[in-house]
Amino acid sequence: MKVEGTVLLVIGVFMGAVCAIYWFLSNETSGTMMLLGATLLGFVPGAYYLWWSRRMKPRPEDNPSASRADGAGVVAAFPSTSVWPFVLGVGAALVGLALVFGLWTAPIGFVLGFAALLGVIRESRRGGAV
Amino acid sequence: MTIAARPALAPSPDLLEEEHGPTGMLKWLTSTDHKVIGKSYTITSLVFFCMAGLMAMVMRTQLTSPDNTLVSQHLYNELFTMHGSLMLYLFAGPFAFGGLANFIVPLQVGAPDMAFPRLNALSYWLYLGGGMIMVSGFLTVGGAADFGWVAYAPLSSATNTPGAGPDMWIVALLLTGFSAIFTGVNIVATVFYLRAPGLTMFRLPIFTWNMLVTAILILIAFPVLASAMIMLWCDRHLGTHIFTVSGGGSPVLWQNLFWFFGHPEVYILALPFFGIVTDVLATFSRKPVFGYKGMVFATISIAALSTSVWAHHMYTTGTELLPFFSLMTYMIAVPTGVKFFNWIGTMWRGSLTFETPMLYAVGFLVVFLFGGVTGILLASPPIDFAVHDTYFVVAHFHEVLFGSAVFGGFAGLYFWYPKFTGRMTREGLGKASFWVMFVGFWVTFVPQYILGLHGMPRRIAEYGAATGWQSLNQVSTAGAYLLFASVAITLINFWVSWRRPVPAGDNPWDAHTLEWATSSPPPHHNFYWIPPIRSERPVWDYNHPEHATPNGHAVPSPVPAAVGSLAAPGSSDGGAGGSGHVGGGTAQ
Repeated sequence: MKVEGTVLLVIGVFMGAVCAIYWFLSNETSGTMMLLGATLLGFVPGAYYLWWSRRMKPRPEDNPSASRADGAGVVAAFPSTSVWPFVLGVGAALVGLALVFGLWTAPIGFVLGFAALLGVIRESRRGGAV
Repeated sequence: MTIAARPALAPSPDLLEEEHGPTGMLKWLTSTDHKVIGKSYTITSLVFFCMAGLMAMVMRTQLTSPDNTLVSQHLYNELFTMHGSLMLYLFAGPFAFGGLANFIVPLQVGAPDMAFPRLNALSYWLYLGGGMIMVSGFLTVGGAADFGWVAYAPLSSATNTPGAGPDMWIVALLLTGFSAIFTGVNIVATVFYLRAPGLTMFRLPIFTWNMLVTAILILIAFPVLASAMIMLWCDRHLGTHIFTVSGGGSPVLWQNLFWFFGHPEVYILALPFFGIVTDVLATFSRKPVFGYKGMVFATISIAALSTSVWAHHMYTTGTELLPFFSLMTYMIAVPTGVKFFNWIGTMWRGSLTFETPMLYAVGFLVVFLFGGVTGILLASPPIDFAVHDTYFVVAHFHEVLFGSAVFGGFAGLYFWYPKFTGRMTREGLGKASFWVMFVGFWVTFVPQYILGLHGMPRRIAEYGAATGWQSLNQVSTAGAYLLFASVAITLINFWVSWRRPVPAGDNPWDAHTLEWATSSPPPHHNFYWIPPIRSERPVWDYNHPEHATPNGHAVPSPVPAAVGSLAAPGSSDGGAGGSGHVGGGTAQ
């Protein structure tokens, strides 16, 4: 987990330096704010990963000499099929179209989105005993 | 829900069960398998690619003769806008991170699926919905969006471009933008959390590294695009004046927001293809990647620098900090140069063979190099002032983007087509498509450089006969038809391989990385068995113990490596599968 965190942190440090130089040279607000956002995108998860990497159990994927037996067993539970992403996608498109053709498609889209939300939660509970 | 387990040593019988799910249309609608979604993404993006290519053919035909009236000026505006939008938003990006990466990254890290399979499916449906909405702008009364793929304010205001088409374009970009963000999150989580044991970050294939960095770039760039679209919609419909001078807003703010997304987007479209080319060159040179860590650091440097060069698209606005952006733009040439050096080093003294993917990869090197060199010219403000918004710029970015997304993309498509489908493509047709494309490419774009230097502006539907631009435009159009023919040959190739299948076997190219350790196409949850991972090319090490890659050091494969204990299969790791050859050559 150290390498992952470091990569993000390096990006954060670079963006922070560019942000400071850019603000100092240009006094331009929009670019500085976006560079600040990019800095935080590197720093926040990067710092979290580094903090967490000291507390977690060592992982076989971080160990260059790990054997395959070290990583054997359950990886995770994965949904095999689910119709709800499709329903949510259609709902999102209908909500989006409301921005073009008037509000009448939005309620249908929100109903589909809510149905998808409930469906995903039910699905996870039913099969998510792992 | 199914529980995915990772095999330990030998293929375990309880992993050999097949998926008992729906088939046909219902499978397409409900599958959360990254392979099904990856294929859907690939096919959908290729459909958009063909549509955008046909639009380009119409535009090139229009420009063949002066004062041509094949299409009206209004339709021409729609065509170049939608050509750019489809190619950039709906083809090049989704083809890379939705199609190829979705299919290949979990295989390359030895994972059963993407980290968030349902989010992955949602990404595809948002992308498909957004794409359909964008294209169906043509069906509205006022036609599709016609303000260029960059939608500069104030041209994109409700007064200058009224109608539903531009609004549908905005909504489409919101939907596809979120789709890209979700895919980015998915790729980062998959690479961080689902790697196989022993597969440390510095053993990841370069393609996966590049996709990881691309995903981080997506997370930096696409939220800016989404917020800019919302602001633009508010300006058009809610009476805000964010980008209009009359209400105290700033049109240049739009350019800042757009290019803060737009320039990283260029690298979001390029880095995945750099990764493809790296893997293809290493495979067909039968050598490890030369300068592996240099390659990774170059990728990260390119990504970091690419977020601080956005205003080099805006030199002529006169509001930007020219020395800063010019210097940063020049600096990108350094890591790109490192990559070129390493690509050549990878091929140097390798056992090269030139199958179709390798041809496309080498074609990419040549084409992208020329695109990059003209990019260095354009990074200089005095030159940019002279050629801004001319065909010189058009030729430059087509060399860069066509070079990466089409030459690099087709290298990946031909390379992984056996893994996608379990069938081989025909080498003859593949090579023919490459050579037609390579010749057509130069015939199309070299005249455009010259036209640009003669002052031909971009985005014009007609030019006068007195300009003297006709002959060069005719040459360019002829080249464009060649490009059309080459893509047609590739599609015929896929059709032939579909109708008369030649089984591919697991590892037809004798390739290096984990995706070639499983069957073609891979089973549900991908792996019955994984070779021991002791270097960045585990499948090669397993198949060629006499040429194994010593841990962390790349040597040319003809030199027998003195390793013995580390890389030889079965020594430190239980010897799973005996001395079998992973994959084998042909049909099994």
